[in-house]
Amino acid sequence: MSKPVVALKQVTIRFAGDSGDGMQLTGDRFTMDTASIGNDLSTLPNFPAEIRAPQGTINGVSSFQLHFADHHIQTAGDAPDVLVAMNPAALKANIKEMQRGATIIVDADEFTTRNLSKVGYETNPLEDGSLDSFKLHPVALTSLTVAALSELALTRKEAERSKNMFALGLLTWMYHRPTEATENFLTAKFAKKPEILKANLLAYRTGWNYGETTEDFSVSYEIAKAKMPAGKYRNISGNAAMAYGLIAASQQSKLKLFLGSYPITPASDILHELSKHKKFGVITFQAEDEIAAIGSALGASYGGALGITTTSGPGVALKSEMIGLGVMLELPLIIIDVQRGGPSTGLPTKTEQADLLQAMFGRNGESPVAVIAPSHASDCFSIALEAARISTTYRVPVIVLSDGYIANGSEPWMIPDVDSLPDLRVDFAKTQEDFMPYLRNSETLARPWAIPGTKGIEHRIGGLEKADKTGDISYEPANHDFMVRTRAAKVAGIKVPDLEVSDPTGDANVLFLGWGSTYGPISAAVETLRENGEKIAQAHIRYLNPFPKNLDEVLKKYPKVIVPEMNLGQLAMLLRAKFLKDVISFNQVRGLPFTTAELIESAMGVLHE
Amino acid sequence: MSDVVLTKKDFTSDQEVRWCPGCGDYSILSTMQSFLPELGIERENIVFISGIGCSSRFPYYLETFGMHSIHGRAPTIASGLAISRPDLTVFVITGDGDALSIGGNHLIHSLRRNVELKILLFNNRIYGLTKGQYSPTSEQGKITKSTPAGSLDTPFNPISLALGAEASFVARSVDSDRKHLTEVLRAASAHKGSAFIEIFQNCPIFNDGAFDSIKDSDTKGASLLQMVHGQPIKSETHGLVHEGASLKVVELASVSESDLVIHDAHNPDPSYAFALSRISSSDLSHVPVGIFRDVARPSYGSLVNNQIDEIITSQGAGDLSTLLSSGDTWMVE
Repeated sequence: MSKPVVALKQVTIRFAGDSGDGMQLTGDRFTMDTASIGNDLSTLPNFPAEIRAPQGTINGVSSFQLHFADHHIQTAGDAPDVLVAMNPAALKANIKEMQRGATIIVDADEFTTRNLSKVGYETNPLEDGSLDSFKLHPVALTSLTVAALSELALTRKEAERSKNMFALGLLTWMYHRPTEATENFLTAKFAKKPEILKANLLAYRTGWNYGETTEDFSVSYEIAKAKMPAGKYRNISGNAAMAYGLIAASQQSKLKLFLGSYPITPASDILHELSKHKKFGVITFQAEDEIAAIGSALGASYGGALGITTTSGPGVALKSEMIGLGVMLELPLIIIDVQRGGPSTGLPTKTEQADLLQAMFGRNGESPVAVIAPSHASDCFSIALEAARISTTYRVPVIVLSDGYIANGSEPWMIPDVDSLPDLRVDFAKTQEDFMPYLRNSETLARPWAIPGTKGIEHRIGGLEKADKTGDISYEPANHDFMVRTRAAKVAGIKVPDLEVSDPTGDANVLFLGWGSTYGPISAAVETLRENGEKIAQAHIRYLNPFPKNLDEVLKKYPKVIVPEMNLGQLAMLLRAKFLKDVISFNQVRGLPFTTAELIESAMGVLHE
Repeated sequence: MSDVVLTKKDFTSDQEVRWCPGCGDYSILSTMQSFLPELGIERENIVFISGIGCSSRFPYYLETFGMHSIHGRAPTIASGLAISRPDLTVFVITGDGDALSIGGNHLIHSLRRNVELKILLFNNRIYGLTKGQYSPTSEQGKITKSTPAGSLDTPFNPISLALGAEASFVARSVDSDRKHLTEVLRAASAHKGSAFIEIFQNCPIFNDGAFDSIKDSDTKGASLLQMVHGQPIKSETHGLVHEGASLKVVELASVSESDLVIHDAHNPDPSYAFALSRISSSDLSHVPVGIFRDVARPSYGSLVNNQIDEIITSQGAGDLSTLLSSGDTWMVE
């Protein structure tokens, strides 16, 4: 007898377990299978900095949250509807975020006295009634998996490792996901380990069958396709989109892509991704440190390549002197900062937006650079193209402020038509008489990009102050004053699009103004507020230096401007300083994105004060 | 042979040279300007990249491409340039503070990778541009502005350091010996990969006379142990002999010519060159000059570019549209 199927509009699932339990892989696979049936989705991986924190402890809990729906969604969801907890630590670490009525699936085998006491449970929550307000499903995940694999030549430990696939199979059944892609994925991944492949496939199918046959799960769910613009889609994370965008920039500019990088969380995946694509002529140089990484990128740029370095906040701190040299040399240079919790080593695997002021001002002297920020995962693709446009047109370092949430989170992306991408071809200085390396383009104020190998324009540049036009060393007071102002004017004059404001009724008094990865949560909050009849406007800043030309006007139009940031008010400080606008700062720095609920609450306070 | 015919004048820029009168940098510059035409390379294909310090003003005075960068980081910039532009000839000009103190990390990593760079370290054993503090090559006990009671640091031996960093070409010369320095530059230019040259350079203001014992006509004959491949290593009065696994300086009179070490710059075992490097003592009583080591190893740039070429040959050049559509995709109607 078939079980009833219930249609849902959206679901948020969180997989949680030990950092060795394979929760990120499980989440990734569920995401891919969800994307392929056409739901809109958004993900939030959340893992510890330690590769293998002590087993069974709160510190070792790794989780992956996925929000999917039959309509367009903006965030990875606030509170999960379903928690899959592979051990007591995973339950304890996540239970406070679960709302009454939510579904909790646990691996009952792991709830031993020892494991419970490890995380401070005095009684077994599966038995003491503390989870009565939830739909609790204790499943003997470990022993069911081991039993299913008993025929295989595996140790118990090896067999246990497949329990994440059991859980994935069960959830796949519950939510009617297709199984073929994951089976193909496993087949490719374990092609050289046939016994492990068998184990994973068998565990996956056993999990699926368990849902189908056991009475514990009486209902399954369907989420219809989301209505999305017609086109070809794929799922993409921010870091992958950034890497693709940089390759696209290299192709569109006809410049060789040179990445100088030193591994750092959460930016390393851009290095990993780019290093796979050498057939595009991409050079990835894993340098000895952050300084060498950016130095090599600047050297490559001097030679006429698209010079890029990728890093996170602590790396930007180390690179600051070289960014200053880039400002002085007036060469193109792209610095991608995938922000994480700071200061110092901070929270390596968690998200934050606290490098804005470092990007703006973290160098000696008057050292202006362009600063731009993607708003969501797939936006990293177009922001990379923008970084290349600005840095090659204006011959200036560009800092791109991504963050851990955007970098690791993923979403469906409509694959762009390559023919629609901008033409980014550049002009190098040509052979000429009396070449002047600091004679500027009157429109952009950029100096010539004069690369070695060009006859007749041999010249010397460096970090010492340059004389206007000739580029000779100059300590002349008036010249320094002129050059400082000229470099500032060049950056201030970078052409950026106007800020778009969404204000459907046209008479809102309150504006939600964000930047970077807060776009999703703010948009979700605005949607709900409007559904509830509130009048609220929304705008999101992609260009932080220079700001859009109409920003002043936008700020003047709205009496109240709320600026949510995952820092203590860095954009707010810039807005106050530049526009004398007393914006309302709303901040949190918990290493996690804003929840929609807290943003709604903050807006309600301002709307009805 | 190249048909590019240039002269010393072609390599002399219009910039006023601003080193102190009597500085050893003048003679190195002049030697370089005289040597460059010999390479037969067009000026636009030569790049000098320097860090910070007196020596690092060098690029301004050469009519080639040049960059005076930031302290200690010249090898990083030069690496990015040399790897992405294998058609260029790239020199790095640095000093003992720039290369061995603030930039020590970049020096050793450039050498181990064997990036196609000719690195000239002007070693004057003092900080000149900051007006006279001890450097990482200053002898222990040095009285300077920052060490009025004598420096306590054990100095680096730059040759030993370069050898320890897997350098494939390591040499030493002296600022005032144009002929010798030219020969070393010639060999360095012929070498594929990184070439590291330590040049003893006199600072007449803050460390004058530091190298007198190897320059004074009275003493230099005895102190300079000439290393010429295939020849016995000796000065006018002294020579090198094997002593166990190590090398020892002896008076020529006390041994027969056949006992002397015959120099083998191409010896694959770096411990031989390392043993040679340990002969030079702080007091400079005996100093080997010439090429310590010159062994063939693929340059880093050629490895990087060959890898890319092989991938393109086997897989074809990348197609952006295919890349963007890779992995699991689906259509929305």
